[in-house]
Amino acid sequence: MVIRWLMAACLVGGLGLPAGADEAPRRVLSMNLCTDQLAMLLAAPGQLVSVSHVARDPRASALADQAMAYPVNHGDAEEIYLARPDLVLADSFAKPGTVQLLRRLGRRVELFDAAQSFDELRRNLIRMGDLLGRQDQARAMVARFDADLAALGRPPANRPRAAMYAANGYSEGPESLAGEIIDAAGFANLAETLGVGGGGTVPLEVLMLAAPDLVITGEPYPGASRSEEILRHPGLTALTARNPSRVMADRDWVCATPQVLRAVAALAAAREAM
Amino acid sequence: MSATASHRRLLAGLTALVALLFVASLLTGPAHVGAVDSLAALFRGQDDMLALVMREIRLPRAILGLLVGAALGMTGAVLQGFLRNPLADPGLIGTSASAGLGAVLAIHTGLASAFALGLPLAALAGAAASVALVLLLAGPRGDALALILAGVAISALAGALTSLVLNLSPNPFAANEIVFWMMGSLADRSMLHVWIAAPIMAAGFLLLWPTRRALDALTLGEDTAASSGIALKGLRLRLVGGVAALVGAATAVAGAVGFVGLVVPHLLRPAVGASPSRLVPASALGGAAVVMAADIAVRLLAPGRDLKLGVLTALVGTPFFLHLILRTRRQTL
Repeated sequence: MVIRWLMAACLVGGLGLPAGADEAPRRVLSMNLCTDQLAMLLAAPGQLVSVSHVARDPRASALADQAMAYPVNHGDAEEIYLARPDLVLADSFAKPGTVQLLRRLGRRVELFDAAQSFDELRRNLIRMGDLLGRQDQARAMVARFDADLAALGRPPANRPRAAMYAANGYSEGPESLAGEIIDAAGFANLAETLGVGGGGTVPLEVLMLAAPDLVITGEPYPGASRSEEILRHPGLTALTARNPSRVMADRDWVCATPQVLRAVAALAAAREAM
Repeated sequence: MSATASHRRLLAGLTALVALLFVASLLTGPAHVGAVDSLAALFRGQDDMLALVMREIRLPRAILGLLVGAALGMTGAVLQGFLRNPLADPGLIGTSASAGLGAVLAIHTGLASAFALGLPLAALAGAAASVALVLLLAGPRGDALALILAGVAISALAGALTSLVLNLSPNPFAANEIVFWMMGSLADRSMLHVWIAAPIMAAGFLLLWPTRRALDALTLGEDTAASSGIALKGLRLRLVGGVAALVGAATAVAGAVGFVGLVVPHLLRPAVGASPSRLVPASALGGAAVVMAADIAVRLLAPGRDLKLGVLTALVGTPFFLHLILRTRRQTL
């Protein structure tokens, strides 16, 4: 009661406590790779208590070094509940059963949609800032992202064609983060001409006959898989022997964080070298 | 018309069908290229992309469809003849699943990348172990119930172990490939797969081809066959080796394509007059035609979606299998 009165007084008096400072969560836990990275970028010291174990995998995570400083979780409801978080962050594709269980147990869970564009990336940063009570840092980060993006220069009038080609012949079109990266680097995305919107498979023979100016292939993962065999198919090898190709580092492409600018810069450099 | 002449006509007809489907398979693909252009590109120099597409993507796919189908059709006919059991099929008795387990182990232990023939040889080993085990469990007469139960048990175990290996793999794509090993597909194969499968299949063919006379003799019963000079022990070994080589190599490159070895011999049996020795070549050709037709159908029905071959063959094969079970039951009642 007294607190409420004091708060009202502050508001009336316009004293302006730091916005949301008294309600910022103290124990934040993230259970998926992309929220891990957003939270590590924005959380106050001591505020983030755990990230997912994938955040430490240098292949998938752009902030693997930083993640070493945090305890990791494996996305199990039990271990997350026992860590007593007052805010759980998860990607929207997190196991729905786990999310429901945590909510039923009274934990606050906030889901983040995977950003498919730089606009959604900015929105996710701002929302993460709001949730963590770090609005100023989030706004500063968005401003820096925009400045860095602008510093990469304007795309050329005559864009060379690039195609992303990953395991199982998967390619991403304009309605995806990868598509936005390719676009920002000054390429025309071949997947778009082939009618792939978000993501979809492009048959190898279609790719070969379209002969894009640059092929961006996926990074092989440890262990073997039949899905990745297509990246060593003689047809693709013949294509990349003629036209330039780049292997993309998944960590810069998977999650919408300001790190995607590293992928944009690498591709723009490849374009200038062509 | 004599039986030999009509058999020759059957084989000629099947060969023509296989040739037709082979060309149709070469002409089927997501890139829209004219028939004349694409066939001409097969014989052109290396320089142009269409030539590479034809030689590195479509040609291996057509060849593998032919080889895998022939292998499955032939083993089905040989197994049914040897066990004198209409339900024998490499998929149903667990050979394909065990070959898949061998292949998955070879891929995920690195054996397949260390040595080119490692993949089909490991699949062959898996297949050989399962065929030997089934023959042991089902007995020399190949009792129908024992055969199917042994097959179910071996399939279940091999399938579970395959899933285990793929689930434990550090590779994020591996677990999704359980479907491929269960259902089979010829998508995105290359000439490399032809080169590793073909020699093993040739060996399997050479082992099984001479068993035709013995299979004919066996239709009169084991004692009669033995008294007419058939060495049953040698025949058994040949059979295990030949079936394992054919099914092992087929599964290593295309996954487990079910029901071909079951359905094809049944469809052709009336046309060859119940002679196993005539059924073997006819089933090989028929199997090739069925798998190539199925592979053309998956590309036309769902372009770009990698619809699995085994889905189509199971849709056709399962009703057939149920029909066979009913018929077998009526006969035993």
